[in-house]
Amino acid sequence: MDLLIIFISAAIVNNFVLSLFLGICPFIGVSNKTSSALSMGMATTFVMVLTAIVSWLLYFLLLVPFKLEFLQIPSFILVIASLVQFVEMVIKKVSQPIYRALGIFLPLITTNCAILGFALLLSMREYTLIQSIIFGLGAGVGFTVALLIMSGIREELELTDVPKAFRGAPITLIIAGLLALAFMGFAGMI
Amino acid sequence: MDTTIIIAIMTMGGLGFVFASGLAFADKKLRVEENPLIGKINDALPNANCGGCGCAGCFDFAVKLVEGNAKPNGCPVGGEETTQSIAELLGVDKGSIIKNVPVVLCRGGNKEAVNKNTQYIGPTDCKTAIHVSGGDKLCLYGCLGGGDCVSVCQFKAMYMNENGLPEIINEFCTGCGMCAKACLRNVIEMHPSNRNVFIFCKNEDDPKRSKEVCSVSCIGCGICAKKSDGGIEMVNNLAIINYDKLDLTKIAIDKCSTRAIEVINSKSIMVN
Repeated sequence: MDLLIIFISAAIVNNFVLSLFLGICPFIGVSNKTSSALSMGMATTFVMVLTAIVSWLLYFLLLVPFKLEFLQIPSFILVIASLVQFVEMVIKKVSQPIYRALGIFLPLITTNCAILGFALLLSMREYTLIQSIIFGLGAGVGFTVALLIMSGIREELELTDVPKAFRGAPITLIIAGLLALAFMGFAGMI
Repeated sequence: MDTTIIIAIMTMGGLGFVFASGLAFADKKLRVEENPLIGKINDALPNANCGGCGCAGCFDFAVKLVEGNAKPNGCPVGGEETTQSIAELLGVDKGSIIKNVPVVLCRGGNKEAVNKNTQYIGPTDCKTAIHVSGGDKLCLYGCLGGGDCVSVCQFKAMYMNENGLPEIINEFCTGCGMCAKACLRNVIEMHPSNRNVFIFCKNEDDPKRSKEVCSVSCIGCGICAKKSDGGIEMVNNLAIINYDKLDLTKIAIDKCSTRAIEVINSKSIMVN
């Protein structure tokens, strides 16, 4: 039950993109097509779960016992950068089309604030290892859901007659704001 | 204090080493074998990444070449040498193309085009000039004289002459087409280098205003189009050459009162 609450909370109620406003760059950048949004979401989820495991081990087994908590930000950045490199290699090996569809946004997961924010929240809330993995999974799923909703809307949007001044980024930002408002409705759920 | 710094440095160094060795190991295991030809072709290309071939850069072009989605002569910058070496690497016949070169289709410099009698002090580039009531010339179709084309040229093949018009140095021009894209008035066009007759004007005003704003404009009289059999068409008071139907012997080039249409000494630059 505890784990379920953590999952729902990370995925929907405290959605990383639409409630905490983390990871806006890929949210706007990769939400053109549903297929690339899905693969970006999956890559991010994968990185988040791995980050959860590695940064939990790093923080609670190395940094806390040796009183090196002040190193958490640089060491987390190191963890994330290496993991993203690793994920990039895996995706390049497994699927060239996904690798090309993600393009520049894959290396940009390195500097995705959603991941660093996630790692910092993890240490702040002092979750157990299992809880952190579920938290990572929930955060990743929430990120994917946000991207998928956005890409679905944007695919429809291409067929509509948007006023010239609002075409492209402006209408996307307006929709993002409306979606964030909609997600506020979940606030009292947990 | 000192020990804290040392511990911090050692911790981060150690972590970095651990992750680096992990990545090195993963790289060995997960390395994707790229076609070695891609690297070789990439080395043979100019690597200016100008985008003249229509690809996202030289590496992208090399990938497309190996996949067979591009032709060896697709790189306008490298010229014959590059085409030759790519064809050798791929083991195919090199195609032959005539290089596209930019032509400045406006001759209304500071002397010819009538000024608005205004004085403007500020940034002189075209992007600014077009916002400040469309530049200081009365003609709303001609060269703005700000030199945006010169500043985008990576190959130093353009300069602004003393009359305030851009000039192209054919020897340096690679035909990448960036100047034509940069021109806000579309005065610079890309044409095959063996073309030698052009309408050096873009003015679509009526004859009266055309004459008022510039002494070398196409006034839209249509005398050149009269017996051309479709070689020249009149569109919006401007003569447009249809190069497919053009027959130079049928055109009364000498009759043009403003010399807006002219045959120039073409330097045919062939890429065999």
